[in-house]
Amino acid sequence: MSTTQQIWIVIGVLFVLLNIAAGLIWVERRLLALWQDRLGPNRAGPLGILIVLADTLKLFFKEDWIPPFADKWIFITAPAIVVGSVLLSFVIIPFAPGIVVADLNIGIIFFLAMSSLGVYSIVLGGWASNNKYALLGALRGASQMIAYEVFMGLSLMGVVMLTGSFNLGDIVMAQKHLWFVVTQPVGFIIFLIAGVAETHRLPFDIPEAESELIAGYHAEYSGMKFGMFFIGEYLGITLISAMIVTLFFGGWLGPAFLPPLLWFVIKLFFFIGLFILLRASLPRPRYDQLVSYGWKILLPLVLANVLITGAIALWLRG
Amino acid sequence: MLSHLRTMWLVFIHLFRKKETIEYPEEKVALHPRYRGRIVLTKDPDGGERCVGCYLCAVACPVDCIALQATEDENGRRYPDFFRINFSRCIFCGFCEDACPTYAIQLIPDFEMGEYNRQNLVFEKEDLLINSQGKYPGYNFYQVAGLEAGVKKKGEGVNEETPVDVHSLLP
Amino acid sequence: MSTIVIDNKSYEVKQGKNLLEACLGLGIDLPYFCWHPALGSVGACRQCAVKVYKDEHDTHGKLMMSCMENIKDGLRVSVADKAAQAFRSQVIEWLMTNHPHDCPVCDEGGSCHLQDMTVMTGHDYRRYHFKKRTYNNQYLGPFIHHEMNRCIQCYRCVRYYHDYAGGKDLNVFAAHNHVYFGREQDGVLQSPFSGNLAEICPTGVFTDKTLREHYTRKWDLTTAPSVCQHCSLGCNTIAGERYGQLRCITNRFNSQVNGYFLCDRGRFGYEFVNSENRITQPLIRNQAVEAVDETTLMGHMRKLMTDHTLIGIGSPRASIESNVALMQLVGKENFYQGVSDNVRFIEKRIVEVLQTGVVKTASLQDIQQADAILILGEDIWNTAPVMALAVRQSVLKTAAHHALKHNTGIPTWHDAAVQELVQEEKGFLANCTITASPIDEISSCIAHNAPDDLARLGFAVAHQLNGSLPRVLVDEDTLAEVIDIAVFLQQAKRPVIISGTSCYNEALIRAAYDIAVACKTPDKEVRLAYVMPECNSMGLAMMQAPSFETAVLRATREKNITAIILENDLYRNAPAMVADLFFNSVQHCIVLDSLNNLTTQQADILMPAATFAEGDGTLVNYEGRAQRFFRVFMPGQATIQESWKWLLKLQALRTGVLNEGELHPEDVLKQAEQLLPQFAGISASAPHHDFRINGQALPREPHRYSGRTAMLSNLAVSEPKPKQDNDSPFTFTMEGYSGMPPSPLIPFFWSPGWNSIQAVNKYQQEPGGSLKNEQAGIHLFKYNPHAVPVYFKDIPEAFMIRNDRWLLFPQYHVLGSEELSAYSKGVRELSPETYVAMSASDMARHGLTNEHVVTIKVFEQNWDLPVKADSSLPNGLVLIPAGLHGMAVPNWNAYVIIMKGNR
Repeated sequence: MSTTQQIWIVIGVLFVLLNIAAGLIWVERRLLALWQDRLGPNRAGPLGILIVLADTLKLFFKEDWIPPFADKWIFITAPAIVVGSVLLSFVIIPFAPGIVVADLNIGIIFFLAMSSLGVYSIVLGGWASNNKYALLGALRGASQMIAYEVFMGLSLMGVVMLTGSFNLGDIVMAQKHLWFVVTQPVGFIIFLIAGVAETHRLPFDIPEAESELIAGYHAEYSGMKFGMFFIGEYLGITLISAMIVTLFFGGWLGPAFLPPLLWFVIKLFFFIGLFILLRASLPRPRYDQLVSYGWKILLPLVLANVLITGAIALWLRG
Repeated sequence: MLSHLRTMWLVFIHLFRKKETIEYPEEKVALHPRYRGRIVLTKDPDGGERCVGCYLCAVACPVDCIALQATEDENGRRYPDFFRINFSRCIFCGFCEDACPTYAIQLIPDFEMGEYNRQNLVFEKEDLLINSQGKYPGYNFYQVAGLEAGVKKKGEGVNEETPVDVHSLLP
Repeated sequence: MSTIVIDNKSYEVKQGKNLLEACLGLGIDLPYFCWHPALGSVGACRQCAVKVYKDEHDTHGKLMMSCMENIKDGLRVSVADKAAQAFRSQVIEWLMTNHPHDCPVCDEGGSCHLQDMTVMTGHDYRRYHFKKRTYNNQYLGPFIHHEMNRCIQCYRCVRYYHDYAGGKDLNVFAAHNHVYFGREQDGVLQSPFSGNLAEICPTGVFTDKTLREHYTRKWDLTTAPSVCQHCSLGCNTIAGERYGQLRCITNRFNSQVNGYFLCDRGRFGYEFVNSENRITQPLIRNQAVEAVDETTLMGHMRKLMTDHTLIGIGSPRASIESNVALMQLVGKENFYQGVSDNVRFIEKRIVEVLQTGVVKTASLQDIQQADAILILGEDIWNTAPVMALAVRQSVLKTAAHHALKHNTGIPTWHDAAVQELVQEEKGFLANCTITASPIDEISSCIAHNAPDDLARLGFAVAHQLNGSLPRVLVDEDTLAEVIDIAVFLQQAKRPVIISGTSCYNEALIRAAYDIAVACKTPDKEVRLAYVMPECNSMGLAMMQAPSFETAVLRATREKNITAIILENDLYRNAPAMVADLFFNSVQHCIVLDSLNNLTTQQADILMPAATFAEGDGTLVNYEGRAQRFFRVFMPGQATIQESWKWLLKLQALRTGVLNEGELHPEDVLKQAEQLLPQFAGISASAPHHDFRINGQALPREPHRYSGRTAMLSNLAVSEPKPKQDNDSPFTFTMEGYSGMPPSPLIPFFWSPGWNSIQAVNKYQQEPGGSLKNEQAGIHLFKYNPHAVPVYFKDIPEAFMIRNDRWLLFPQYHVLGSEELSAYSKGVRELSPETYVAMSASDMARHGLTNEHVVTIKVFEQNWDLPVKADSSLPNGLVLIPAGLHGMAVPNWNAYVIIMKGNR
């Protein structure tokens, strides 16, 4: 691949991703509304799609306020980390044959590393805000993400073992005949749960928890800095959805009447829709329930999954 | 786990339900008579101001957006010298209407009072007073209040005896 | 102390009280109407019922009125008992059967004892649907509004007005369920204490008519503790403001000073603050645009302050801070009291006498507790009305005390029984004045004489008490009186001698002192009180500066003199001739005052001064008690400032040192302490400006203050920042410490469930007792038990009647004689017409009748006045009303010629 092509891919991926993330504002609000028997934003532009533009403009023109009691530089850095780390994760996603920014052979490891960095934004944001609610949110975020990272990685080991590679392209190709969701159902469910927790989306939005922590770690943020957290969250949803599609649902693979990229996008939006449906339907568990659920149920389960998958893989290879 | 899935399914099928949203500016809202909208001051059946300047609305107001000054005419009938509501502070809770002992202050089913200039949301008595009895026709405070204020003579109000003859010692 | 059991809990309570007082003192809420700490119990309203049990085995108990139940050891009662509660709730329901539904238009609403008690009993729904009784109202004068429908027949008004204050013209009429409280016919209430009816009435039958003119509910008032400005007693008041106007004055209880009651001058004299005659802008006269702003004024002043000799004329109605700031500005040697020489001479004597510390000064509380009182030459009814009320209480209490000595079964609080027992009996009071006053009717000994003769009588009493003092030759009738007085003073345990300045006679001061010293023995408390002319006369006199006449003399001799006149209408304190001379002699004249008057007309530069409601200050009352009054509100115009603030600014101009590091009242008072050691301790008269409770300032507004976001929104919809007060611990909002502040800082009396003024119970250590943590100002005259008394021994000659010459004295009037209160509409309405009073025999001798107009000649001044016979006035004296608005001031205690005029 030529460098120009590479640059076009990077630009294309960035452009599309950011647009999707922004568009998700509208998608989420409309879907939530529809599921709640409302209409949702439908005034600005056709079907209200320009609400995205309106929201973005609003965020841009809000006062860029840094509380005088905050730790200024950390306060500014925190939202940048979240967007940065998520965007970097996308580097390894194969959207279609040939459309991948960096076809790393340690793809999954890189993804895990990047998504672990995300926790810094929460902890630093909460710390720098110098606000008790923000700090509580940050601490919850840290413990939640540490807990779920562990078996998020482990849940993928089944897939890795079946493929024999960390490269996502290889993983997609390995599903040519059978999606891994069939052979790795436990791995899929656990990755889905861990993914929701990792993006701290509802029902696992414990670090924000409006009703208890009044927006938690980003309570003191406003304007575009808040916007970065916001975008980071939607990018996170997209990332986890993309990972699920790639790892368990055959990536771009699909019947030939549609181009591979479209297959990928259709599958992607299905899971994004699922994320939003989760938000619309499930209540938030208690903080301690979430953490103990992670350590006491999911971790043993995922270890068992790794053990059994390994055993079967060994047995199959004879 | 199953209940969670069931919940998700139930929520999902709401996608195909009829939507409750009323598309407001095109479609008007049917408001009930007791809707708590714009605040008005009403008049009693004789056409006199009902407000007696008792300050109860002002004190009941949780955002303290009502200010008035009571004064009285030559007959001793109380009325507000000025009566001001700062609608830019009003939360339309209706406590003032609840507190009003004379049915003077009433919240009516009208909420279309948006302004570009906040100062225009400060309503004075001229803006508040309407030539109607509002929701409570027929009520006249001074007829039942015992007080003589040019509306009736002592003892001529509702449920009143004629004034006591101080010089009589008869039982 | 005895132990009683209330609702199975035992308490230690004081003996000699009734059960209601005990319960209230313990903080147990019990409703009541007819009982009042100052009036005692009559058991009329049946509202305070409790269950009383025989012993611990008695489960049935019986309902008793707690106000009629004596405290005895082992008493078992239940307040919370179901039957007692139901009884109280039913009683209030009966009381309410005829009570009209007019709370919204009732001025008492929101500070109504009846409302509070109704809520307290739990009665909330009226089952009575029959016709309500109505009454016709009466016109009771410009101060009190009457709405008889609201009456609940508790009899408090009559018990206060008639029994406590001695008023004759308010009583109860008709019978059974028709009783009527009012006058025999429409007319102005005669008692100068009628205003207290508004507070004593538990509901809205009697309300404040002046408040009605600009009605505001109690919860809407911005209030601050204040001190009355209308006489030298220094009664504690609460002044309330709304929308930049002073709205009302209510009583601020203080066990040492005024107790529960104020006089009408104090309560209704506040309207001068709202007067159209107020000075609001600095003026520089004789230039194109006279009204200027502060910067221009200060620019203009700079030259005057440095190039000229400054003299300062102080004021008896300005605060200590202002007078001291003026003294500092002009220098001690250039400061003069703004009072005439004869007044200064008398006041100086008073200060000297009190500073010896030989005799304690008498507070109003001491006067109430006195068992024998001698009034020597002071018309206290008119110059210090609340003192007259206190004297009346002393007379009644002493009589009750005598009567109860032989009837130990009756407790002192049992008002009705005690009155039956006492009948017409009176405690000892000798009223020796120039002419008759309403106090005479409770006096056991009355003498109406010329001031010199009164002084001689006083010295004669002193001689009777102490034989070593010089003998005074008096006639036989007087001698009998003298012996009488001496005997009673000797027997008394707590005698009080009262005199004052109103007779313009210094010998009276000495005579009063001699008597007080002569009857002092180790086993009794003798106290002495001198009534002063104005609210801070004592403070000014203590500064010991020369008189106004001295200043005039200096102005005529020296050139280039700039006079600064502080809140003083010199035309009221000196004859017009003298004042004119002064203004003609000084080169420049700077006047600071709050109201336009003759003196401000003479000013070259006029600076608007804050009144008591707009500024902080300290006043020293007649007993040398320094008390702070606090700013109630910030005046609308920033140019209205306290005089002492203006003067400090001028001082900064003069010295060139900009003391922008603001000075607070206590800082000025500290400077006063340094400058004048006699003021030692005065800076502690109130907590300092940085006083906080739990880090919080004290709110001037009650927590339910309304209209914050609307009251100024007609000007600008964004609410302005609340005004800041840097001079006191108060805020101008409802934010701050909401508990009970120390007594000098109580801005209003309120307690949960107690919205009326009766909430004062909660602030007292026991009902009717002193406030919790009471600090009633600072005494500047220290009592010295070891001081060796020095008697005055020069006795004035007896008064000789001169042919065709009369000695002129002022007749004071509660309403009308005081400068500031005269701006109140009601006070003006009730001020007397001008007159000259002569003895009946003098009039007969000169062929005058009541229809004649006579011309009084003093020096070059003439007054044409209608003549009036005064049967009590001694021959050879004439009285004209003092200080009436617009009436020029003569030379008092001087001989005048009277020419018969037309009919």
